[in-house]
Amino acid sequence: MSTLAFVVVAVLAVGSALGLVLKRNPIHGALFLVVNLACVAVLYLMLGAEFLAAAQVIVYAGAIMVLFVFAIMVLVPGKEETGPDPRRSTRVLAIPVGALLLVQLGVIVATRRGDAPPVAPAASGSVESLGTLLFTDYLFPFELTSVLLLAAMVGVLLLARRRPS
Amino acid sequence: MIPEHWFTGLSAVLFVIGVIGVVVRRNPLVIFMSIELMLNAANLSLVAFGRRFGTAEGQALVLFVMAVAAAEVAVGLAIIAAIFRVRSRLSVDDLSLMRW
Repeated sequence: MSTLAFVVVAVLAVGSALGLVLKRNPIHGALFLVVNLACVAVLYLMLGAEFLAAAQVIVYAGAIMVLFVFAIMVLVPGKEETGPDPRRSTRVLAIPVGALLLVQLGVIVATRRGDAPPVAPAASGSVESLGTLLFTDYLFPFELTSVLLLAAMVGVLLLARRRPS
Repeated sequence: MIPEHWFTGLSAVLFVIGVIGVVVRRNPLVIFMSIELMLNAANLSLVAFGRRFGTAEGQALVLFVMAVAAAEVAVGLAIIAAIFRVRSRLSVDDLSLMRW
């Protein structure tokens, strides 16, 4: 039963990722990416990471994708990438290179060390265990994240400011 | 219980699709979305590894990756908007100003 659910969600995730890459219209790509992010949230649930699944939906599918859709609506007038590709010969090379990368990663996944049982009983993905970890072992990176977000905010304001001319 | 290497295999597939999207597409917005795809693939394998070792550390790492991704998207979209203000076409092939 859970295997069937995994296969369905995995097919959905791969299909929506392909849709993002193959669709010419960026707004369609953005909607495909929303489907993909939701699929990844479901996979987090299957892995027992409930808090991350919620954060994924709120942060990615909520905040980041709204930003993307907004930027596409404002910036891209109608359709894009319609003309002939001036560098088609180099871009076609992406297919063999991507296939090579896939083979390499597949070899890494396939040559795992046996199917030993997990070293410890599965950790719960609850807010409690994650919060304890964030405020003890990872306190310094956690605080640095706030500085990073502040710097990003100030930088965006500076970049988006209209120059007085 | 689904074995972890299924998740890492799926994550490898998603990552490769993201790489191809970054190389093939010409619209910088779609390139950014492909980067998001790659970050998500890495996150997925982090959570899978975390379950494998029975700790929540992978999940803590994923939380930091999410914060960095949010900052990256905000700054990147602001840069794209600033470029778009100067030139009306939006294709990465035109942006060779900083190339030697």
